[in-house]
Amino acid sequence: MTSIDQGAVPVGGVQASYRTCRFTGLRVEANAELLIKVNAVTAVIFLLIGGLMGLLVALTRWPAIQLLPAEWFYLVLTGHGANVLLFWILFFEIAVLYFAGAILLGARLAAPKFAWLAFILMLAGALMANYAVLRGDSSVMFTSYPPMMASHWFYLSLIIFAVGALLAVIIFFATLVVAKAENTYNGSVPLVTFGAITAAIIAVFTLASGAIILIPTWLWSVGLISGIDSLMYKVIWWGMGHSSQQINVAAHVAIWYAIAAMVLGAKPLSEKVSRMAFLMYILFLQLASAHHLLAEPGLSSTWKIVNTSYMMYLAVLGSLIHGLTVPGAIEAAQRRNGFNRGWFEWLTKAPWGNPAFSGMFMSLVMFGFIGGISGVVLGTEQLNVLMHNTIYVPGHFHGTVVAGTTLAFMAVTYLLVPLLFGRDIIWPTIAKWQPYFFGFGAAGISLFMMGAGTLGVARRHWDLSLTDAAHGYEFPAAAYLMMGLNGLAAILAAVGGVMFILVIVGSILAGPRLDRPGATMTFPLHDKSREAVAEYGSEIHPKLPGTIVLVTIFFAAFVLYYFVNWKYLSELWLFN
Amino acid sequence: MTSSDNTNDTAKGETPEGPVPAMQRVLDNPFLLLFLGVTVPAVLYIIWGVMEVASVPIGN
Amino acid sequence: MAITPPSNRLWWKEPIQAVELGWIILAFLWGLFMFFFMIAWHFIGDQNLSNETYRVTPEGFEEKVVAFAEEFQKIGADGAPVEEDGVPVVAPPEGGDVYMLARLWEFWPILELKNGVAYRFHLSSTDWQHGFSLQPTNINISVHPGYEHVFTLTPTSSGDFGVVCNEYCGIGHHTMTGRIRVVD
Repeated sequence: MTSIDQGAVPVGGVQASYRTCRFTGLRVEANAELLIKVNAVTAVIFLLIGGLMGLLVALTRWPAIQLLPAEWFYLVLTGHGANVLLFWILFFEIAVLYFAGAILLGARLAAPKFAWLAFILMLAGALMANYAVLRGDSSVMFTSYPPMMASHWFYLSLIIFAVGALLAVIIFFATLVVAKAENTYNGSVPLVTFGAITAAIIAVFTLASGAIILIPTWLWSVGLISGIDSLMYKVIWWGMGHSSQQINVAAHVAIWYAIAAMVLGAKPLSEKVSRMAFLMYILFLQLASAHHLLAEPGLSSTWKIVNTSYMMYLAVLGSLIHGLTVPGAIEAAQRRNGFNRGWFEWLTKAPWGNPAFSGMFMSLVMFGFIGGISGVVLGTEQLNVLMHNTIYVPGHFHGTVVAGTTLAFMAVTYLLVPLLFGRDIIWPTIAKWQPYFFGFGAAGISLFMMGAGTLGVARRHWDLSLTDAAHGYEFPAAAYLMMGLNGLAAILAAVGGVMFILVIVGSILAGPRLDRPGATMTFPLHDKSREAVAEYGSEIHPKLPGTIVLVTIFFAAFVLYYFVNWKYLSELWLFN
Repeated sequence: MTSSDNTNDTAKGETPEGPVPAMQRVLDNPFLLLFLGVTVPAVLYIIWGVMEVASVPIGN
Repeated sequence: MAITPPSNRLWWKEPIQAVELGWIILAFLWGLFMFFFMIAWHFIGDQNLSNETYRVTPEGFEEKVVAFAEEFQKIGADGAPVEEDGVPVVAPPEGGDVYMLARLWEFWPILELKNGVAYRFHLSSTDWQHGFSLQPTNINISVHPGYEHVFTLTPTSSGDFGVVCNEYCGIGHHTMTGRIRVVD
């Protein structure tokens, strides 16, 4: 039975009510909990809308089906981008921030009334954006490049959404101040909270960039400004556009650590190393907005190289570090948990039937191998010319944002529902399989779009056969095959998405209550009593052969793919 | 967790175990990190990029 | 644990394990290599996108393209100017300036170039952003209105090449193409 402090505990004169979670021992404040739940549920609703739109897009780009007519296709594609890349992801991230800032620190959420205002602004913006797109006069894609113009509702909606999100991020920072002032924790913040801080910092830059460019663009759309320079817009817009996805990277890495801790009792190998890796993110991750400007005129190679490399790849170093320390922490914990035989028993005997773990680990592997490698290659100054605006680009970012971030967010939801809603997961067989359906579907989407892109297929394009084109051109048969396979993978991912929605909504509404005496979670957390046994201190150098093998394979794949693409580049026509 | 050492030690950089290393104090300061994390990309990406676009020469 | 404050108050002082340090060094060196390789390719490679760019007006650029097309339009064996799909086929002199414009919804004009010859290519848009995607070679460049992008382009294979627009530009985006023919 969770204990709820019925009388408020006056701390610094502010009334707040807490309960203590009987599974994790964390002190959960009521306002924080409610706002997390509301933001997370809203996020999932936009995932449903955006995901459905994504399926329609994929079935249209499957040449044999070409489901939607052209006008609807461009409309739905715009909506898909906004709903998943902005609304699903950011609502969920606000929930993660509140969780990391309040729950993990045992603190009360600062200024709950403003947190509600933030939520309402975000919701209003998201609904208004969908309205603008569904009107039919705002099919400008999520990027909305001038001089192409949307209805002014479109820009206004994104501004309102961004202001709401920024307010929520400010509340997160304020919560950190409150926690410190009210001494709710000792020493440094937990690593997961530090990852959330990283995400929040990137979010500030993201949202500020968005405001700087979308406000004048909105004024242009209502006729108060005569024009927007297309290249200037692009530089500033991508300060928001790509950085918003870097918020995701910081957030999902934090979630990997959180899931590994809660499900396996994994401890970071080195707080110093992991935090320094996050510092690389803080300083340099946003520079890579330049990835989208490598094929533009007017910008010097110096600017391109410094920025696209995340400053000499220091932020990539951050990712590579997490790519070792997360599985390494899992291997160390699993060996401590008794799975110590050979090089890989720690992995083969890991709880693959627990959707929180399987989703998390697949997210790690897919983000690294599919999203990460393709991202670095795509973001190489010269190699970008091979792939700019081909469907390779969405192939890359479905590897990062879908197989990476979305899958990780889904995985952590399997923990949030029992812990915050107090409801156990229903239909455990569906839950168990859900991450595999979605993960492999997302991986397929990525790989097939990347394949089609290397064959030259354009992104955001309704007709591969160029039927009504000014001058005909025939894409190779393999391109058609790729787009068909992409359609199939999208169906698989959509099934995984539906499974997720069903299980989560079903559990929230009708899952067995966990506040009954003796209630246990179907997908349990790590047995805390074991955590007390072996501290890392007693094992100065945990042996991690399995992790070493994994990162070696990763590194080899990376190097190989990198050089293969330079070879492709060298076979192109000459240009300089 | 009452009159804790939290506020005290951060202010003086001292804990019962000794002084907090400088780099750790940097990492423990979210607002310093916020400043750096906004300033660095603002300068290297936005300001530099905008300057380059603004200085594209006029053609004939 | 990652969800609790570090148990070691002075976690900065903990030593880094060998496997972590080794990986950090390897990854850092690889990052440096990739960084310098981009720079090096400007000296050792033949594919680097120039950023020679000029501010122009769409009308001004269009005039230049039209003048270019009129001057160098191919004349057929019958003495009549050559057109394909209603668009002039333009065969500029070897090594000269080549102009192409992007507009809703075509790349204009059709170009006939010689294999192995370097041309000074001028690219711009007269209305919205477009994407110059040369297929099947797979060279992809962004095209902006108001910016004339100049780069040297040398075909290394002959045949008919398509230019497919890959920057979404409205309802006619998927009908927007161009053509470049390379003869030996």
